[in-house]
Amino acid sequence: MVPLHGYLVVSALLFVIGVTGVLVRRNAIVILMCIELMLNAANLSFVAFSRELQNLSGQIFVFFVMVVAAAEVTVGLAIIVTLYRNWKTIHVDEIRMLKG
Amino acid sequence: MSVVEALYQCSGLLAVLVLFATGVLILLLDAFSPLGRKGRLGSVAVAGTVAAWFAAWQSRTTGEALFSQMVVWDRYALFVTSVILAGALLVLLLSLDFQRREGAETGEYHALVLFAATGMILMAQAVHFIMVFLGLEILSISIYVLVGLPRHERRANEAALKYVLLGGFASGFFLYGLTFLYGATGSLTMTGLTAYLGTGGPVFNTYLLLGTALVLVGFAFKLALVPFHLWTPDVYEGAPTPVTAYMAVGVKAAVLAALVRTFWEAIPAVAPHWNTALWILAAVTMTVGNVMALNQPSVKRMLAFSSIAHAGYLLVAVVAGSQSGVTALLVYLLAYTVMNVGAFGVMVVGQRKGVAGEALVDFEGLGFRSPFLGAAMALFVFSLAGIPPTAGFLGKLLVFSAAVEAGYTWLVIVAVINSVVAAYYYLRVVIAIYRRPQTAEAGSMEVIELSGGERAALILAGLLTLAVGVLPQHFWQMARHAALVLG
Repeated sequence: MVPLHGYLVVSALLFVIGVTGVLVRRNAIVILMCIELMLNAANLSFVAFSRELQNLSGQIFVFFVMVVAAAEVTVGLAIIVTLYRNWKTIHVDEIRMLKG
Repeated sequence: MSVVEALYQCSGLLAVLVLFATGVLILLLDAFSPLGRKGRLGSVAVAGTVAAWFAAWQSRTTGEALFSQMVVWDRYALFVTSVILAGALLVLLLSLDFQRREGAETGEYHALVLFAATGMILMAQAVHFIMVFLGLEILSISIYVLVGLPRHERRANEAALKYVLLGGFASGFFLYGLTFLYGATGSLTMTGLTAYLGTGGPVFNTYLLLGTALVLVGFAFKLALVPFHLWTPDVYEGAPTPVTAYMAVGVKAAVLAALVRTFWEAIPAVAPHWNTALWILAAVTMTVGNVMALNQPSVKRMLAFSSIAHAGYLLVAVVAGSQSGVTALLVYLLAYTVMNVGAFGVMVVGQRKGVAGEALVDFEGLGFRSPFLGAAMALFVFSLAGIPPTAGFLGKLLVFSAAVEAGYTWLVIVAVINSVVAAYYYLRVVIAIYRRPQTAEAGSMEVIELSGGERAALILAGLLTLAVGVLPQHFWQMARHAALVLG
């Protein structure tokens, strides 16, 4: 049986990859994918803790997270599509009309 | 759970249910009735908000945890709900005409404002972290769409993209933090966490501290605390002005309510650790917010930075913690909501005919073109600066005295210096309003006509700003009762 530690290390790695991706990548869709990676890291860690603690609320939370993540991606992609129509690019570095 | 039991539990969620039903009704009317095309849906939304307000005040605040420890309806939730509904009502009134003018008469705008309010109220009621997360996401997703609703405007596209990406990023931190809180304590309810940790001495546990830190980062992103604020000015500037007002007040009220519940009710055992972090965040947030606001040529952007600074003042009250701290926080939230929506509201009206836009120069001579608008803007700006006898002054007074009482004298000194700095850029607006424009163009002296909704919103916001400042006893009493719940 894989110990709790193993799962937590993998989820931490996923989370760090997600955060790094958001900070480093410049393509809006890739950034959205990296955010998904962060949410899934949290899911993995929830499930691991849930099994370790013999407690179901962590697993139930994961279902809610999956639903919310789907809704968020839907809205995010819709925003990217409307943005592409006007800007003809989805590179966040080129989208800087608002100074800041 | 029997039907009667379920109905009884629903009575604790009455305000949320009314708002949600109105939102769905608006979507249906928009799709299936000619009413939608006539732009009358705004009035339905206003009626729904007022009904939700009555529902909130009618239902008894039992303080008992409903739906298997998910939500609670207590006086604290009632106060925050009223503040949120006041914000939503003012925003809806302001957008009645704005929508028509921008040629974007859509039912979903009003429905989304109501859905966002639903999420905000759920956050204030939540005592389970699943509910906190769901409330946060309901409000965030609604607001992502609201920001990007003028979809032919490049500026709004950019703001929506930045908001959705940074918002998702923040949710990731928040959620990952929750997993560690869960791992450390084996529970996701606030009472479960308290029971596990006890309220006594400080606890040290790596998972717990990591979880607390990550949850704090998530909250800080949503509240736009420095150094997690970089998205704020851009998103606030790019969004349609009524939506900006809504984001500045509603989201802050809801997230702060959840933050106070999380930190003071669920994990007070770790307070020595997170309180220092909050202290630093508060000091840095107000200082950076105010300094950045000093030289903004755009009033909208200036108000964005000023809302960052106000988040810092609000955080001072959270640091103070005690009964009087939470009381002060609630009064300040109410004051901040009415005066900030008011200030953005004047801008909404001004944008109407392109007479006065968002830049400071556009406000020149506003006091002569429309004495009502000029006076209203001056009142709101004085209140934001914290000049008596307005709501802003009373809020600051309560927050600062609570912090001194709790022994955070240095933080209050930083805050007071900040208020002085802030007075400079606020008063610049008042000076502009009552200065005759240098270049008197033909059109620039045009008198501005207000629509009924805009007039009602500004009068309501103005009256509340004065009422909280002049007759604070009533509001203070309500906030006091609300704060007792968290005792």
